[in-house]
Amino acid sequence: MSKLTRRRVLRGMVGGVAVTVGLPILDSFLNNNGTAWADGTAMPVRFGTWGWGLGMNKGIFVPAKLGAGYDLPEEIAMLAPVKDHMNLITNTQAFRDNYQNLCHYTGWVISRTGSAPKDNKDIPNETIDVTIANQIGRSTRFKSLTATATGDVRSTFSYDNVNTPNPPEWSPMQFYTRLFGPEFPDPNAPTFTPDPHVIARRSVLTGVMDQTKGLMKQVSATDRARLDQYFTGLRHLELQFDQRLEKPKPIASCHRPPAIEKDPAMGLDAESVALRHRMMTDLLVMAVACDQTRVFNMAYSNASASTIKPGFEKPHHTDTHEEPVDQKLGYQPNASWFTRRAMESWGYFVEAFTKVKEGDGTLLDNVMIIGTTDHGYARVHSLDGMPQFTAGKAGGKLKTGLHVDANNTPGTRLGYTALRIMGVDTPSWGVNSNNTSKELTEILA
Amino acid sequence: MSSIFKSLVTARGRRHIRAFCGAVLVTTLALTACSKSDEPAVKGAPPRLRLITSQQYINTLVHVFGSSLDLDMKFPPMRRTDGLLENGATVAGVTATQLEQFQRAAASVANQVVNESHRNYLLPCKPKDEKAADEACATQFLTKVGPLLMRRPITPAETKLYVSQAGEAAGKVNDFYAGLGMALEGMLISPDVLFIAEKGEPDPEHPGKYRLDKYSLAQRLSFFLWNSGPDAEVLKAAESGDIQTPKGREKVVAMMIASPRLEDGMRAFFDDMFAFDDFDSLSKDPTVYPFFTGVTVTDAREQTLRTVIDQLIVKKKDYRDLYTTRETFLSPALAALYNLPSSPGWQPYEFPADSPRQGMLTQISFLAVHAHPGRSSPTRRGKALRELLLCQNVPNPPPNVDFSALENPDAHYKTQRERVGVHLKNATCAGCHKIMDPMGLALENFDGAGRFRATENGATIDTSGNLDGKQFANVQGLAQVLHDSPTLPSCLVSRLYSYGAGGVPPPVDRPLLTYLNKSFSAEGYRIPDLLQTIALSNAFSQVTRVQPNTEPLPEDEAPKKSQQVTLNQP
Repeated sequence: MSKLTRRRVLRGMVGGVAVTVGLPILDSFLNNNGTAWADGTAMPVRFGTWGWGLGMNKGIFVPAKLGAGYDLPEEIAMLAPVKDHMNLITNTQAFRDNYQNLCHYTGWVISRTGSAPKDNKDIPNETIDVTIANQIGRSTRFKSLTATATGDVRSTFSYDNVNTPNPPEWSPMQFYTRLFGPEFPDPNAPTFTPDPHVIARRSVLTGVMDQTKGLMKQVSATDRARLDQYFTGLRHLELQFDQRLEKPKPIASCHRPPAIEKDPAMGLDAESVALRHRMMTDLLVMAVACDQTRVFNMAYSNASASTIKPGFEKPHHTDTHEEPVDQKLGYQPNASWFTRRAMESWGYFVEAFTKVKEGDGTLLDNVMIIGTTDHGYARVHSLDGMPQFTAGKAGGKLKTGLHVDANNTPGTRLGYTALRIMGVDTPSWGVNSNNTSKELTEILA
Repeated sequence: MSSIFKSLVTARGRRHIRAFCGAVLVTTLALTACSKSDEPAVKGAPPRLRLITSQQYINTLVHVFGSSLDLDMKFPPMRRTDGLLENGATVAGVTATQLEQFQRAAASVANQVVNESHRNYLLPCKPKDEKAADEACATQFLTKVGPLLMRRPITPAETKLYVSQAGEAAGKVNDFYAGLGMALEGMLISPDVLFIAEKGEPDPEHPGKYRLDKYSLAQRLSFFLWNSGPDAEVLKAAESGDIQTPKGREKVVAMMIASPRLEDGMRAFFDDMFAFDDFDSLSKDPTVYPFFTGVTVTDAREQTLRTVIDQLIVKKKDYRDLYTTRETFLSPALAALYNLPSSPGWQPYEFPADSPRQGMLTQISFLAVHAHPGRSSPTRRGKALRELLLCQNVPNPPPNVDFSALENPDAHYKTQRERVGVHLKNATCAGCHKIMDPMGLALENFDGAGRFRATENGATIDTSGNLDGKQFANVQGLAQVLHDSPTLPSCLVSRLYSYGAGGVPPPVDRPLLTYLNKSFSAEGYRIPDLLQTIALSNAFSQVTRVQPNTEPLPEDEAPKKSQQVTLNQP
């Protein structure tokens, strides 16, 4: 045999018979304490995104003070517990270039793809989480995980391409089953026996891959690209089977959470959304801790958020347009009420990663999360003055606890910074005016 | 022109002519009639590669294995394209996450088919030894279900592959049934099942042109009419080639339209056209509409679909009457919202002649989906009417809207008419709102949950309005104006054709839609007749040639960083 590959090896495994075989290493091999890889190298840095809709109210959101020790105006006052774990970047800009400002669309698409969409169906490039998942997500059980707190399978900011959204997990119960159901390879299980059923199913999968090649020969170039994508999915299934045939190394911080027996009631009232967000967050965090994925996305709401304040007739998006600015307060009180609910969930999201111990610190130390929205001031659909967040130290590559004024520079600098930190070797990111090769140096360690 | 000939060239007669022309008997009259067929020649579109939808997958499984399996699966929806989710299936890709969902569904189905509760009646044979491979029994099963799942005959090579997979797997786990289940799981996630792939071939009847090959035609017809794969009878007509003869195709289409499966097909189409996927995430503010529950959501969708099937398929009524009919069905949950006494289960019901409830626009489904969580929305209702029922595009709102009038804290708008009236005073807003609000305001007698109300904040509600210059005084007037709008049936024709063919015809083929519109009108706007006309049209089966791609196939192995380690298997 000229080349020993995982597939050749596994093809030779039969019926759980005791064999000693050579296998390419899987990256999930951690040391006994879960503090580093078996060879002593540092824990992997993971990447996540968090999205919310309808921006903020500048006067009560943007801190007066820059840098460390920044103040927390009333719209973000609830972020005090996580302030030192995150950075707030204000005053960024998205450039629509020659296209229309598509309300509640252009802004978030630029933040996530680096490029202005030509219409409200357009996704000009893969989103940044997909680029990063292609870089760091190929060896884990899930290349990436995407969830939403809206309960709507259409709420996602993650796209492979214009025709292929990454559908979010919307049901906590289903998400639990997918992550921690019977197929969960518990790294801390006392015993491990390779399941011969998995070996057999994997072998069948090889046949499916061969069939796909037959179909690939018959279709147009465009459809061929779709079949290539399907084929990549088959390869990932194959990887998942492979991983189930190997005893995972223990990870101290990984614990299978209690089962979720029932989904929360459907609904977009802020309380239901917050509950769903907490449930999804807890599952996502443990999935990351258990190294089931290294890339994750959470959508708190759609860009045109439909969150409801019980008893108030206008959902968030409608309210941003129809509520008068309170002359005394200087902002739309109900619109701010909605933004505060979103910020509470952002705070929960960040804090959840600090609750898992990893090595000498917490899981958040080895994570970089970016938080983006669709507008600066939603009432007038502004594409300037847009706020962004980061959270986590990215394995020591990021500083935290800072407020940075981006001074109307492209918001794509955040994406470019993330790509560089996650090891995507690119000289710049973004298209036309959104193109940048300048990182947010203020937050780099 | 003789009266006989006149009758033959009516729309209904043309189908007989096509059959007639396909028969051996050829007369001058028939040749003349065929050459005068007014179906325009089309350029056509390439053969499609559609990703199967959740409902198509479920329908196919139910038809193959019966309804006793637990098929609680929901794949992500396609992207709505040219008004339909189904059009999105021709461009949709599959992410690793989606494929994982397909695989979980496939494993669940396969396990159920071979488990002890189902194997005795879903498998045509028993193995000689349950703990070992049984080639004969596996072959019998897989060659039976394979064609129904893959929508074409299973080739000897494929049979050999699947049977050997079942055998190898059975050997690995010492269980015939488990092995067979694994082979079935593989089949259920194979591209032959998940992708509805069409192939073209030179059309001998029209030299220089291409048509769908016989199995591709069978599956296009089947997903169009049944939202499911072809059954054994349709596959038989494909195998024999009959489906490609005018007479044979007419016979197959007639059988399919007469089949009870047509209801599945038409439910799927109207669910798609009416954008009822919005129901999947519909909720109302419980403090404003505490009675609007999950049951209401399910029943509201079902009420409209039941009405559609009853009116258009069972009673074969004029499509336009769907928007004026007072006949419908009620469940106990809905009766409460309609303020009517309830009876157990679903019951037919006819609203009185003077009731404001007339036609689909006044059903809870339309009224509640196209409203805010806590109030009605004339704009959303008007927009939905334009986009879903008249196939018109309402432009996106501009980003620089001046909301000052609406935001005036001193303004007090008692009714939605006063509120949205602000739109019409502002030139930036008026351009679009005047094509949405006037028809939405006619539905203001119904609140955001669809309940009737005569007043709003103490003010009597004015439901007058206009649609494309036609004035009306109330919702009955709106229903009639909509009923009489020529755009209403032409929108349906366009949607139905693209639903069946996998996309809207290219601009150069617009005369085809004109032809179908005329035919629909001549046939009294009956859906079964329109289905037949579309299914028998040349355009439906004509495709353009596809240049085979020359991309190299994926390598056998993905490149992996490799390091030798020793793994001790128990």
